[in-house]
Amino acid sequence: MAPLPPSTLFRHGLAAAWPICLGYFPIGLALGVLAQQTGLPWWAMAMMSILVFAGSAQFICVAMLASGASFPAIVFTTLMVNLRHALMGSALAVHLQGVDRRFLVLFAYGITDESFALNMARFSKGGWSRWSALTANQLPNLTWIGATTAGVLVGQFTPQGAFGIDYALNAMFLCLLVYQLKNWLSVITALIAALVATLWYLYIPGDSYIVAAAVIAATCGYLLKRRQEGHQ
Amino acid sequence: MSWQEYCLLFAAMGLVTYLPRCLPLIYLAHRRLPKPLVDWLSLIPAAILSALIAPSLFTNSSTRSLELGKPELWVAIPTLYFAWKTKNLAGTVVLGMALYWLAGFV
Repeated sequence: MAPLPPSTLFRHGLAAAWPICLGYFPIGLALGVLAQQTGLPWWAMAMMSILVFAGSAQFICVAMLASGASFPAIVFTTLMVNLRHALMGSALAVHLQGVDRRFLVLFAYGITDESFALNMARFSKGGWSRWSALTANQLPNLTWIGATTAGVLVGQFTPQGAFGIDYALNAMFLCLLVYQLKNWLSVITALIAALVATLWYLYIPGDSYIVAAAVIAATCGYLLKRRQEGHQ
Repeated sequence: MSWQEYCLLFAAMGLVTYLPRCLPLIYLAHRRLPKPLVDWLSLIPAAILSALIAPSLFTNSSTRSLELGKPELWVAIPTLYFAWKTKNLAGTVVLGMALYWLAGFV
């Protein structure tokens, strides 16, 4: 098969990635408005979106900044929240065997839950160029940087708590949680996490409840799975 | 916060976001993670998201005490149902915000 011209590969990426961009826009805008109400200047939002580019971690960062959390707590929570991308990177590596490291260094920057889901589906189907995959990674990234920065600028004209903006974070987490509930084991793990997190939050000061509950619940889930497999 | 403080925080956050995306992709391309670790890690996203959201639904953050029946909790039920049925992230965020906004008038 003759190699396709770059413009065609770009168009393939664009055609696949536009729904992600469309989805990122309102969420990015909401994050920007929320950040503005926390006192983040627009340039800080732009800098965070360029350096971090991780939707849920950025929402958590804004929430933690608002509640006066320490820098190490924010960075550690970011690490825990984004550790899942290590698994996604491993899975993507199967389709990017022997590819130039310089390409991978650039490609890794754009790995998100959404682009991962899209690219894995396309790679598995076949005929998906890594350049189209890179386009599908980076276009949502540009949208995200633009939308979050615009949100801060728009936020100055938005009254506190208008349009239920305070609920954007909760709603996004609820939907991302639903994406994760694939079987009974993940449902039980989520329920254990909710229970442990609430109790930990009530009785132990600070914000260790997120990491503690996640580790305890995942371990319980894993042990349950082991036990079930042992019985079969 | 100053420019330097933001720089430092976001650079550190960027690093811990980028490394997990980059290192396995580059170095683990030919190897496999041990199965128990993969199984355990696969449960982390559900656990961490649930842990993040639960206290905001069931507790009062200013007094740090149990509070059942907050608008956050009531709004979560239709929002969760919508997310389950449609799997639409943007739609769920817009619906959740709209319901929470309306709940403020009740």
